[in-house]
Amino acid sequence: MSQAGAPTGRIAAAFAAAAAARRTVLIPYVTAGDPSLQATRDIVHAAARGGAGIVELGVPFSDPIADGPVNQRAAERALRRGTNLRRVVDLAARLRAEGAPPLVLFTYYNPIHRLGIAAFADAARRAGVDGVLVTDLPMEEAGDLAAALDAAGVDLIALLSPTSSPERLDRLCRSGRGFLYFISRTGVTGAQESLPPELAAQVRAVRQRTRLPIAVGFGIAGPGQARAVAAFADGVVVGSALVRLIEEHAADADLPARVERFCRDLLGATEAKG
Amino acid sequence: MTTPDAGGRFGPYGGRYVPETLMSPLQELETAWLEARRDPAFMREFDGYLRQFAGRPTPLFHAANLSALCGPGMRVYLKREDLAHTGAHKINNTIGQALLARRMGKTRVIAETGAGQHGVATATVAALFSMRCAIYMGEEDMRRQALNVYRMKLLGAEVIPVRAGSRTLKDAISEAMRDWVTNVRDTHYILGSVLGAHPYPAMVRDFQSVIGHEARLQIQEAEGRMPDALVACVGGGSNSIGLFHAFLEDLDVKMIGVEAGGTAIEPGRHAARFAGGSPGVLQGTRTYLLQDDDGNILNTASVSAGLDYAAVGPEHAWLRDRGRTSYAFAHDDEALAAFHLLARREGIIPALESAHAVAYVLREAPKGTLGTLLILNLSGRGDKDVAEVARREGTPVEGA
Repeated sequence: MSQAGAPTGRIAAAFAAAAAARRTVLIPYVTAGDPSLQATRDIVHAAARGGAGIVELGVPFSDPIADGPVNQRAAERALRRGTNLRRVVDLAARLRAEGAPPLVLFTYYNPIHRLGIAAFADAARRAGVDGVLVTDLPMEEAGDLAAALDAAGVDLIALLSPTSSPERLDRLCRSGRGFLYFISRTGVTGAQESLPPELAAQVRAVRQRTRLPIAVGFGIAGPGQARAVAAFADGVVVGSALVRLIEEHAADADLPARVERFCRDLLGATEAKG
Repeated sequence: MTTPDAGGRFGPYGGRYVPETLMSPLQELETAWLEARRDPAFMREFDGYLRQFAGRPTPLFHAANLSALCGPGMRVYLKREDLAHTGAHKINNTIGQALLARRMGKTRVIAETGAGQHGVATATVAALFSMRCAIYMGEEDMRRQALNVYRMKLLGAEVIPVRAGSRTLKDAISEAMRDWVTNVRDTHYILGSVLGAHPYPAMVRDFQSVIGHEARLQIQEAEGRMPDALVACVGGGSNSIGLFHAFLEDLDVKMIGVEAGGTAIEPGRHAARFAGGSPGVLQGTRTYLLQDDDGNILNTASVSAGLDYAAVGPEHAWLRDRGRTSYAFAHDDEALAAFHLLARREGIIPALESAHAVAYVLREAPKGTLGTLLILNLSGRGDKDVAEVARREGTPVEGA
């Protein structure tokens, strides 16, 4: 069983290696199954070549209340292709065997609920999934899943928000596993023009409460924002901007090369930090 | 018996399945509601608006002609929520939540709407209390409830079409939740039914329970006894829980919720969660849902936009598990027949939602299983449905 503050496993190793090299962990998000599971496999490997330290695999869901239009469309396309939680876990197993970076499943709760918590935790363990992030499962409702994933050696990644009270931040930092995912702003996923000015101070307030690495996501669209976030965070999550790139070039033979370049440009920006 | 626990759970149902960003706002809302509920000044103000603005109490009308159609000795009473201001029970909840929003210092309210009744009721209180207002409505529902769209605009609300998914109520709720999660600091989300994350199911129930409290006094005054059964349609389940709640301890009173049977109880063709559903988590709450094997939500279908939803209020699931309530469904064609029948025989045009409850009573009461004294919640009036019914029957109303 992993313990907060005494991290083990591939996620911790990714952050430790990046910290030793004074780098930021680049964490791209892609919706699994968009445009196909085979394409997602190629995209993940391309992202790794481009420097991704961890990859978030989005599990498509019919009613994604935390997602903006870009990720909603990606989920609709993936669902039309028959993508479901089991197939995403199977893809993770294959990626793991092929040496992919640490993998975090980004999902809504109902697909897990439908499969069953025990069956899901077991499948995730066997596939070599490193972390699970459930966007609509706050810690008050997460007890059973947290226990099952702890026993399976899979990190349940906590989401922290600008609206989280100090008491909630304390509890989230105590119960967190792997890394803490700080949501840059209130709202849904999607690229934004600018980052909220108070973000750096909010992340520092979390830093004072934990030794876990902190990644920042939601709304980070390009190198400039990635560089800004890298100044105070250990990881940068880039989702909708990449999902949009995939949407625009889904049929192009050079899609993996574009993804690789996209990641490399972002990582290059974060390495410009002092 | 049914007050949710501290986590907002009704047995294994309910809870708070929302993004972290909404947890603190939901806790603030719960605190504000619990304080307001204990504050005599707040409750006096709420009651004052119910009387002076919404026109409560609504009558309990003995529908003699409908009763005669249900068999000898039957006495069917209609709880006339259709006579409440804006034409449905929805106003009870929107007055309560708007007062609460004002107490919390929110300057903007948002809501989802299916049939448009909740949207109109929200736009109405936003006008009354000078709040900015945005209403999310599925594009398909905007088409079939065009009159209510115009009413909302007249009242000063912005009506935002939702083009995602099936373009009906479920998608409107998702879009309203996305707005709320983005604008949570100045915005209150007036959820329109006993759905969503805690405290909504309990809070909306409390604001709607005035229906049953009135009906319980009115039936005793009229008949000197408790009814044998209560019947109400169930979309999210707010008009039904509003009627049922005051009678929960009256164990001899049967309570039946009527869901939308659509055209057939087959995936995608109905909205009868208790007939074709299973427990799952959607839009903040654990309850009965229509879902596929992968946990994705199935499309629903009903002639009535207000019942056309894949989940049901969690307290209904809990009351049903405990055997206190039971659920049935009426198909589209039965509801349409009941719509006409009530218009012709009682001079009351019911909302298509409420017509499902009328259809159930017409079908079941003659069998004798409901006893002889019934209260049927006529949750809304049917003016909004007239153009759509005419269109379906091939006689479109000019200009509609």
